[in-house]
Amino acid sequence: MHVIERDALTALFVALRQRAFRLLGPTVRDGAIVYDELASPADLPQGWTDTQDGGTYRLVRRNDAALFGYAVGPHSWKQFLHPPTVRLWQAQRDGQSFHIRAEQPEQARFAFIGVRSCELHAIAIHDRIFLHDAYVDPVYRARRENLFIVAVNCGQAGGTCFCVSMHTGPKVTQGFDLALTELLTGERHYFVVETGTARGAEVLQDIPHRAATAAEEEAAAAVVARTATQMGRTLHTAGLQELLYRNIEHPRWDEVASRCLTCGNCTMVCPTCFCTTVTDTTDLTGAHAERWRQWDSCFTTDFSYIHGGSVRTSARSRYRHWLMHKLATWIDQFGTSGCVGCGRCITWCPVAIDITAEVDAIRTSEHRAAAEGKNDANA
Amino acid sequence: MPRQRKPKLAVWKFASCDGCQLSLLDCEDELLTIAGQVDIAYFLEASRAVVKGPYDLSLVEGSITTPHDAERIQQVRRASRFLVTIGACATAGGIQALRNFQDVQEFLALVYAKPAYIRTLAHSTPIAQHVRVDFELHGCPINKRQLLEVISAFLHGRKPHIPPHSVCMECKRRGTVCVMVAHGTPCLGPVTHAGCGAICPAYQRGCYGCFGPKETPNTASLSAWWRHLGIPPSRIVRAFRGFNAYAEAFRQESEVHAKQND
Ligand code: SF4
Ligand code: SF4
Ligand code: SF4
Ligand code: SF4
Repeated sequence: MHVIERDALTALFVALRQRAFRLLGPTVRDGAIVYDELASPADLPQGWTDTQDGGTYRLVRRNDAALFGYAVGPHSWKQFLHPPTVRLWQAQRDGQSFHIRAEQPEQARFAFIGVRSCELHAIAIHDRIFLHDAYVDPVYRARRENLFIVAVNCGQAGGTCFCVSMHTGPKVTQGFDLALTELLTGERHYFVVETGTARGAEVLQDIPHRAATAAEEEAAAAVVARTATQMGRTLHTAGLQELLYRNIEHPRWDEVASRCLTCGNCTMVCPTCFCTTVTDTTDLTGAHAERWRQWDSCFTTDFSYIHGGSVRTSARSRYRHWLMHKLATWIDQFGTSGCVGCGRCITWCPVAIDITAEVDAIRTSEHRAAAEGKNDANA
Repeated sequence: MPRQRKPKLAVWKFASCDGCQLSLLDCEDELLTIAGQVDIAYFLEASRAVVKGPYDLSLVEGSITTPHDAERIQQVRRASRFLVTIGACATAGGIQALRNFQDVQEFLALVYAKPAYIRTLAHSTPIAQHVRVDFELHGCPINKRQLLEVISAFLHGRKPHIPPHSVCMECKRRGTVCVMVAHGTPCLGPVTHAGCGAICPAYQRGCYGCFGPKETPNTASLSAWWRHLGIPPSRIVRAFRGFNAYAEAFRQESEVHAKQND
C-alpha cells in the first residue's frame, strides 16, 4: 500500500490525461452528485454529502473537505459503457437495391474516478453479459477495453445502501487499477492507495507517493470497516431464490402494484439493468433508414409485446418480473445476483418502493403463516 | 418504390389554438420534402388553394365544442382514408375542456353581452368521441419529430414508433436529476405519455402533463405521494386539470381531490 497526499490528486489527473484518458467522475449538478467530465480535482464534490431514503435524495454540506464523502447518486457508469441511445447502422436506397453502413464504435479511453465497490460488481456483471457470452456487444467492448478505474473505498454508507447483504462492498476487492481510501485526520488529508494492476502501478509512479505505514493502513481499513456497520438497508438473502419461487402468487405483489407507477425509474438507475429496445426509422422519402438502440425497461407494456399483444399488462406482473429477475432468475441466468445493493432503485423510485422491504414482507408473511400453523397444531 | 400518385394530405382545424398545425409549418427543413411526397390538398393555415376530397391522410387539430363542428367532423371522417388526431385538444378536449367541470351557461353569461346568439355544447370533447380515429398523436403542442415520424410511417405503410411509456424514461435517458426525488417538486412525469423529451425536468420544473396520460397511469399512487410531500388537494386538482384535464385518467384523479378540503 502507498500514500498520496490530497494535493497529489492533481498529478493523478495529469498522469491520466497524459495517457490520453478522458476523465469522468462525480460532480455536483442540479442538486445531486452526478457523473460527468472532470477537468481537475476542483470539479469533485468537495465538502458535500447526501442524505438518502426511499424516494428522497438531498445534498448536504459536510463539516470537512472530503472529496468522496457521499454514496452513489442518480447516475451510474453504465451511461458511459452502455449508453442510453446508440445508432447501430444506416441504410441508403440505391436504385432497386440498398446498402448498409454499420456504425464503427469508436475506441474510447475512459478513466473513471471514484468507482465504488458495488459499482465494480455491477461492471463485472455487465462484462459477463456483454463480453463473456456467446455474443459480444461491440459498443460495450469499444468503451470497456481501455477503461482505467480509480476506485474508492466508501467512507460512509448511504441511507439506502445494502452492499454488505449482497457481499459486494463496501471494501473494494476486485476490478480496479487503483483503489483509494480517503483519510481526513485533523490537519492531514491523504489517501491510502492500493494498486490493482500493472497499469495502475505504472500510473502511480508518475505521482508523488510513498509507502504507507502500518498505522496508515490500519486507519484505512478502519474507515471501510466502519462504513460496513452503517448500511441503510438490509436484504436477508438466505434461501431468497427459493422464497421467491415459492411465492409467485403472493398477495404482496398486488399490494406493491397498487403503489408502483410502472414509470421505469428503478430500471433506468440500476447499474446492472441492461435491457434495450431496437427501433428502425425511415425518412419521409424512404431513401434512408436507420436502426437505433435505446435503454428499455421491463415496466413498459411494449417490453413484453409479442404477436397479439403485451404479455405483462398488469403492474403486478411487471413489478414481480423485475424483482424476480434481479434477485432470483438472474442467478439461474448469469450465476450471480442481479442486485449489487447500491440502493438506487429505492432512492430514485418516485414513490419510495423498496426492494428490501418487498422481500421482507413476503418473508415475514411466511414466518407468520408457519407460526400460525404451529399454533393451530398445538390447539 | 415509385408510387402511382402522391397521397393527398388534409389538415383540419376544430376548437384549438393552431399550435399543432404550426408544428407542421415549423418542420422548415422537412417541409419541402413533405410537399414532394404528399399532395397538400387542404391546409388553410398554409395555403388558400383547396382540393376536394377524398383525402388519404387527414390530420385533425382541435376539439368538438359546437353543434356545427360535431356535424363537420362526420364529413371529415367520410372524406378521409386515414384520420390522425394531433394535440391535446383533438385527443382529450384541450384546455377548453375545463368548461366540462363547470356550467357552460354561466361562462356564456359572463363573457358575452348577448349569450342567446352563442351556440355551443356543454362539453369540449375529443375527436375520438365522435368518429373512429386511426391514430392519436398527443402533446400540447405535439412534438414535430413525432409528427414527421407519423407521416413517414403512413407513407411507408409501417407502424409509427411513438412509445406510450412514461416521461421518466426520457428523463433518465438524458441524465436529468429527478426533480421530485432530489428537490421535492411535484412532477407528473411518472403518469404522463412520453414524447416531449422530458424538457421541463431538465429546466428544474415538474412535468405539466402536456402529453396526457401514459399507458397504465397510476395517478392514485402518485397523488398519494404528493400528499405525503405536503401538496394540498387544491394543487393536485390544478395539476391534473391542465391541457389534458378531460383525459379519462386525469379527469378521474382530479375529481377525487376536488371533493377534499385543503
Ligand atoms: S436492484 Fe436496486 S439496489 Fe440492486 S443493484 Fe439495482 S438499483 Fe441497486
Ligand atoms: S452500496 Fe456499499 S459500496 Fe455502494 S455506495 Fe453504498 S456503501 Fe458504497
Ligand atoms: S418500483 Fe418505483 S421506480 Fe420502479 S416502476 Fe414502480 S414506481 Fe417506478
Ligand atoms: S423529474 Fe419527473 S419525469 Fe423526470 S424522472 Fe423524476 S418524476 Fe420522472
